[in-house]
Amino acid sequence: MQVTTQAFQHNASAALQNPALQKALKNIKIGFVRKRAAAVAKLPEFEALREAGRDLKNHVLDHLDFYLERFAAKVTEHGGQVHWARDAAEANQIVLEICRSVNAQRVTKGKSMISEEIGLNDFLEAHGVQPVETDLGEYIIQLRHEHPSHIIAPAVHLNRDQVADAFQAHHAPYGFTERREEPRALLDEARQVLRQQFLQADVGVTGANFCIAETGTTVIVTNEGNGDLTQILPRVHIALASIEKVVPTLEDVSLLLRLLARSATGQELSVYTTFSTGPRRPDDRDGPAQFHVVLLDNGRSGMIGGEFQDMLRCIRCAACLNHCPVYSAIGGHAYGWVYPGPMGSVLTPQLIGIETAGPLPNASTFCGRCEEVCPVQIPLPKMMRHWREQEFERHLTPVAARFGLGVWAFFARRPRLYRQAANLASWLFRRLAGGKGRISSLPLAKGWTAWRDLPTPQGRTFQQQWAARRAHRS
Amino acid sequence: MTLSQPRIGLFATCLVDLFRPTVGFAAVKLLEDAGCVVEVPAQTCCGQPAYNSGDRATAQALARQVIAAFEGFDFVVAPSGSCGGMIRQHYPPLFEDDPDWRARATRLSVKTFELTSFLTDVLKVERVAARYAGTATYHDACSGLRELGVKTQPRRLLATVEGLELRELEESEVCCGFGGTFCVKYPELSNRMVSDKTARILATGADVVLAGDLGCLLNIAGKLQRNGAAIKVRHVAEVLAGLTEAPAIGESEGSG
Ligand code: SF4
Repeated sequence: MQVTTQAFQHNASAALQNPALQKALKNIKIGFVRKRAAAVAKLPEFEALREAGRDLKNHVLDHLDFYLERFAAKVTEHGGQVHWARDAAEANQIVLEICRSVNAQRVTKGKSMISEEIGLNDFLEAHGVQPVETDLGEYIIQLRHEHPSHIIAPAVHLNRDQVADAFQAHHAPYGFTERREEPRALLDEARQVLRQQFLQADVGVTGANFCIAETGTTVIVTNEGNGDLTQILPRVHIALASIEKVVPTLEDVSLLLRLLARSATGQELSVYTTFSTGPRRPDDRDGPAQFHVVLLDNGRSGMIGGEFQDMLRCIRCAACLNHCPVYSAIGGHAYGWVYPGPMGSVLTPQLIGIETAGPLPNASTFCGRCEEVCPVQIPLPKMMRHWREQEFERHLTPVAARFGLGVWAFFARRPRLYRQAANLASWLFRRLAGGKGRISSLPLAKGWTAWRDLPTPQGRTFQQQWAARRAHRS
Repeated sequence: MTLSQPRIGLFATCLVDLFRPTVGFAAVKLLEDAGCVVEVPAQTCCGQPAYNSGDRATAQALARQVIAAFEGFDFVVAPSGSCGGMIRQHYPPLFEDDPDWRARATRLSVKTFELTSFLTDVLKVERVAARYAGTATYHDACSGLRELGVKTQPRRLLATVEGLELRELEESEVCCGFGGTFCVKYPELSNRMVSDKTARILATGADVVLAGDLGCLLNIAGKLQRNGAAIKVRHVAEVLAGLTEAPAIGESEGSG
């Protein structure tokens, strides 16, 4: 997909002026924020669970090689095949080769952010294999040739009429010639169209929320059941997972599932939690003939032991997006690549380079709400700050900002001079305001005064007044 | 150190120093009323702008300056959760590779407090001697709330201000969009956030909005006044200390 992270400022501005998007974004508060709050309030031990979740993921990351090897061995033992992919290109090639080996024309897909990260759909299409998204949101944006704007609700940027338009434009071949608008009717329509796709697919590709080392099982959670049909009906099931998705035991997964569902949608548990262990066995009623797991690194192993390791705890619940005042003002597309919101502002620079993704970790007030809700306590603001430090060290910080900071630092490091400068500034501001108490236009502070007045200093500085009071008192 | 008359180093913060000296005097009054001896050592800035811009070296230099100036006091108190949070939470990790300074930073950090939290949590102040005839609403500034747990303390004290009615602000915990340099680096986003915030403030129908951080207050006042709203904006310390004679933030003698 085209990377537009550099244009963040411009993207954000366009998003703020897009009424349809603004209308759709309002749903986040009702659909996610309030539901999560209610679910958390009902579970007194939620904080303890977060700590346990953090510790569990830390343990895994400290022994990642061990658990990965164990997971791979178990998958193989159960008759599955494990493929290691160093980067996106390798992962795509692996999937394509599996598809070719069974002459696949059509691939159904469950929701997978890894698939987005590696750009699998475009790659398969370019090589003659037709991918069909089966998660409703993913399906809608596929029809619209868009990318997800949210990691668990990919079409959250759309309103109902836009969905109706998309269906009307694409569903005539399936016999749906009338435009429908009722949510229920739209859902039924999508269901009928997708049923046919499920039955015709040769390969099903899903993501994996977790990979259980103890049993060689991949786990997906969905609310639509599309994941089950994707992985059970075709002859071949391919699960795409990044390496940090591995967890030691089934027991551990249950901890993370409790955290995930509540943090994501305020549910106690997602509607479907599906465990896949190997291909179909002789006495199984259904299941694929082949079971493949593609384990993707794509730069993650480089995060182990470094200042961004904590980011690998992420379980992709999207709570940080939903609670971010920046994300909820502009939606996900403005971020310019696959992962939006606070988690994306930390992860994206790692995956595509800070030179390209620089604006993202800077677009935060460090309000800390993301960290406050993160189910595995990832210190997201701290890591965004680490990116800013790297930018500063490598002189990637914009020249004007660096210069301004330099001037300010010069004075701040010299208290006497600073006091004189502050006295001068105070006097200057007050003169500019002409006794009005505020300034409404100041060319040097356009970013501020374009939108708001600037209150002016009350009078002489506090330190000046304090010194005078001291002299008076003694 | 005697807890009956602790010596406080007041970290006024650079914004209060320049824009709102009344807040400094309000803090002094509240602390003195509670039996403290207050001093204001020469100071500039806690270093947060540098720290959040990725300039660690400048942040360290400013932190050393603050540590040296304040480590002799029993406590350091700031009328700001943001600067208080910087000293308390971020100074020690700033000196990861420097054991001496790290130890000094840690010693300073544990005795540094935000003003309302210091009054209630440490000095156990239960009431203030102030009057304010009117309805107030309160915005929870992010750093104080999330880094220092400032939430009930200002409300408990406000509840004892004679004549004041506190009306809770919807989404009082959502950021106002100030964010230090954020507000000039991403002005449109910041504007959107402060617009949402001020709309909620106006919806309360209160006559004054209070908060514990001057950065947020300048942002909120600037937006309200640009839109011609009449609601006043003050630092919570001004009301708690009864220093509400001076014009509210962004206003002048005789203006609205
Ligand atoms: S960073 Fe935390 S809150 Fe954000 S998606 Fe990951 S787990 Fe969820």
